[in-house]
Amino acid sequence: MKTVSPKEETPFGRFVSDFFANKVATFGFLLLILIIVLAVLAPWITPQNPYDLKQVTVMDSSMPPGSEALAGYTMLIGSDGVGRDLFSGILYGLRISLTVGIMSGVIAMILGISVGLTAAYVGGRTDSLIMRLVDLQLSFPSALIALMLIAILGKGVDNIILALVIVQWAYYARTVRGTAIVERGKEYVEAAACLGLPHRRILFRHILPNCIAPIIVVGTVQTAHAIGLEATLSFLGIGLPQSEPSLGVLIANGSQYLLSGKYWISVFPGVALLLTVVSINLVGDQLRDVLNPRLQK
Amino acid sequence: MSVLVFFGLNIIGDPVYMLVSPDADQEDIDRVIRNLGLDRPILEQYVLFVKGALQGDLGNSFIFGESALGLISRHMGATLELAFTALFLAIAIGIPLGLYAGLYPNRMSSRVIMTSSILGFSLPTFWVGLMMILIFSVQLGWLPSTGRGDTATFLGITSSIFTLNGLSHLILPAANLALLKVSLVIRLTRAGTREGMQQDYIKFARAKGLSTTRVVGVHLLKNILIPIVTVLGLEFGSLIAFSVVTETIFAWPGMGRLLIESILQLDRPVVVAYLMIIVALFVVINLLVDVVYSILDPRVRLKEQGK
Amino acid sequence: MTDKVLVTKDLETVFSMRDGDAKAVNGVSLSVGRGEVLGLVGESGSGKSVTGFSIIGLVDAPGRIAKGSIKFQGTELVGMSENDLRALRGNRIAMIFQDPMMTLNPVLRIDTQMLEAILAHRKMPRAQALARCRDVLNLVGIAAPEERLKTYPHELSGGMRQRVAIAIAFLNEPDLIIADEPTTALDVTIQAQIIHEAQKLCRLTGTAMIWITHDLAVVAGIADRIAVMYAGRIVEQGTVDEVIDTPAHPYTVGLLGSVPSANKRGVPLRQIPGMTPNILSLPVGCPFRERCSRADEMCQVEPSRHVVREDRDWFCHHPHIAPDTSEATQ
Repeated sequence: MKTVSPKEETPFGRFVSDFFANKVATFGFLLLILIIVLAVLAPWITPQNPYDLKQVTVMDSSMPPGSEALAGYTMLIGSDGVGRDLFSGILYGLRISLTVGIMSGVIAMILGISVGLTAAYVGGRTDSLIMRLVDLQLSFPSALIALMLIAILGKGVDNIILALVIVQWAYYARTVRGTAIVERGKEYVEAAACLGLPHRRILFRHILPNCIAPIIVVGTVQTAHAIGLEATLSFLGIGLPQSEPSLGVLIANGSQYLLSGKYWISVFPGVALLLTVVSINLVGDQLRDVLNPRLQK
Repeated sequence: MSVLVFFGLNIIGDPVYMLVSPDADQEDIDRVIRNLGLDRPILEQYVLFVKGALQGDLGNSFIFGESALGLISRHMGATLELAFTALFLAIAIGIPLGLYAGLYPNRMSSRVIMTSSILGFSLPTFWVGLMMILIFSVQLGWLPSTGRGDTATFLGITSSIFTLNGLSHLILPAANLALLKVSLVIRLTRAGTREGMQQDYIKFARAKGLSTTRVVGVHLLKNILIPIVTVLGLEFGSLIAFSVVTETIFAWPGMGRLLIESILQLDRPVVVAYLMIIVALFVVINLLVDVVYSILDPRVRLKEQGK
Repeated sequence: MTDKVLVTKDLETVFSMRDGDAKAVNGVSLSVGRGEVLGLVGESGSGKSVTGFSIIGLVDAPGRIAKGSIKFQGTELVGMSENDLRALRGNRIAMIFQDPMMTLNPVLRIDTQMLEAILAHRKMPRAQALARCRDVLNLVGIAAPEERLKTYPHELSGGMRQRVAIAIAFLNEPDLIIADEPTTALDVTIQAQIIHEAQKLCRLTGTAMIWITHDLAVVAGIADRIAVMYAGRIVEQGTVDEVIDTPAHPYTVGLLGSVPSANKRGVPLRQIPGMTPNILSLPVGCPFRERCSRADEMCQVEPSRHVVREDRDWFCHHPHIAPDTSEATQ
């Protein structure tokens, strides 16, 4: 990232210095970066590929934190029930959780933006029909909708992503429509229309850029939400299959060992999930404060 | 909605193979299919379903063989008990903390309350449930981790809150379910308090020389309770939805756990019936919230009389 | 002076803001006697409401009374414990607020709101307290008080609500009532009625009253004496006749000039140029200097108090010396 000294009062520079003025948010941001880097680099930094059967041995199963594996490395936070190094498993699980969360977030964002912009720009009956649908969906808790969808669609990676997209799109649509309607009423849009610019250009070059701030805020919150929801569904056994062991799947597997006192198998994947969600929420909270023009001095 | 659920469930898989033993011959399988009515064309199945639904019959469970509606209503009591206890906990903990944070916004303890409530939003419910079991059941051995305890009937209501054993089983799951809502209640109460204390009628009440207890407990609370009750009423539906997670963790024999089992075992009528009941429940809750709202707010009451 | 119900001396109320301390009330000395009505006049932001709240001890953080004294029937209120203050509030000192739509609690019935005001200060049977509520409602000109008691505030008109608020203030027969623009939000006809009722009650019970307003016409109708406030200070004091007929301070003259009246028909209303100054950045010297047509170098120095009598004074280097009224209205 380009560093901007606070003296140059470019909008971006001010945004950066405003953002990092809050220590807790800075901590959240750094934590999030660390988590993403660890997840991306997982294949190169973990002592073991937990899903390469040749590297896993039952002899290592359910070892407490700090034990030495047969292969000679130290299992920092122990191993799971089938002998996989937990640290390696968590980093690989993070990859899956983040991928599912971000992918569903991006698809939902694109879908929501398109629908929201259409509703705002076309207006009339199309608008009220779309917004009726959005309100109807938002009146049900997202977890319940996801459950219903999984009940209908069945398990599997594609279906989970689809369910998460359907749960999230309405938030984007409502946000974008709200902002776009305000923007549409402003004079510069009228001016652009008077110049005879095509609709597409007005929408994407003039209205959309003004919706970016709220979209980013909703995006962070929703991504955190999607990651948590996926973990919940996977924990319930109706989310991702064992072949795609996200953090939720790891926690579910570990929960069988909980009563026998082998706490680490479910505790540490949970800590990883918690840190991920909290760091995204901290960043999102601060983004909302910084990007909200009403709060700006 | 019913169309979507019904046809969607048919696509997922064939429940027959879960019901017959692996060494059953084709004749056995055919018999099961005929008994379940699965041999008829899917459109006919749907028409039969709608006919039954209109008469209050949502079909029989494939697994248990009894009526899906009956099966769910038998499990509903446990879920409602859990949800109501969680709601009570959320109010009993959330409102005092929110009031405190709103009345003394600059105190350190208020900041701690608000920061913890952010954490409450972020914590994954199911993981917190596991941690509760780990700490209170496994490590400390204070409370049982699974199942519903003894129940007793009092005033026609059968519930586990009337027995000590039942209560000890109820505490952990209810606290787990209440967690998210506690944060919500704290934030709502705090915002309402901060705004309410600025109002003229609060200043006027203070100018009358009333005690702080009366100003806060009657004048302020009665006003901020209106939005809180409204939001909580609507959130009660989400408590029922989230009880799916809590019930699974704590093996609570409610309808949420029944749903998950039914989804896993492809017990279609039960899933459909559950979803129908939930939708109906949401409608009822919305109506109830409107009623309570008009009781609490005299301004609304007048408008309705005027109609 | 023993017949004085309230005497404040050099009262300073400060609001600690991020940009510094704002002296909303800056050295106010005033007094009211038994049965007397003091009109406290000024534009919005002049500190008149804060003065009222300071007296009744309801200045909220970040505001606080920084200096001076408030003597109520000889007892010092500044520094008094919250409990002792509460015992006085609504009992010996009552307050009426500006907007009757906002002062009554919307979710409590009138009887609840009246009863609690009595029962907070004295033990008496409910029936007796209710009887007292009915009597006072009658007193402020509310017909059928029995029915009104059972209603919610939103079922009453604005004028009716303000009468209820006034009734609540009079419930415990206080020695002092602070009325903070109680008629500003009302229609002119109802305004006149309310003023009449309030005046009558003060005469009847011997209650002293501080009537805070920005409207000189209102104050001329009800007050015995007037204190004019500007930027947190009292710039001129005197009897109603003295201040209305022979104003000394240019600000008072300006206020009078901006009141429409029948004998000035056809003459354009005069305005005071400029705006109420920001109390965080007051000009050096006389605070009114920048809006004053008479200002010169002398006004760079803060004017000292010009005393005619104990209760007739002004702070100005260039007063419109009375009794030449032609100069005042030129």
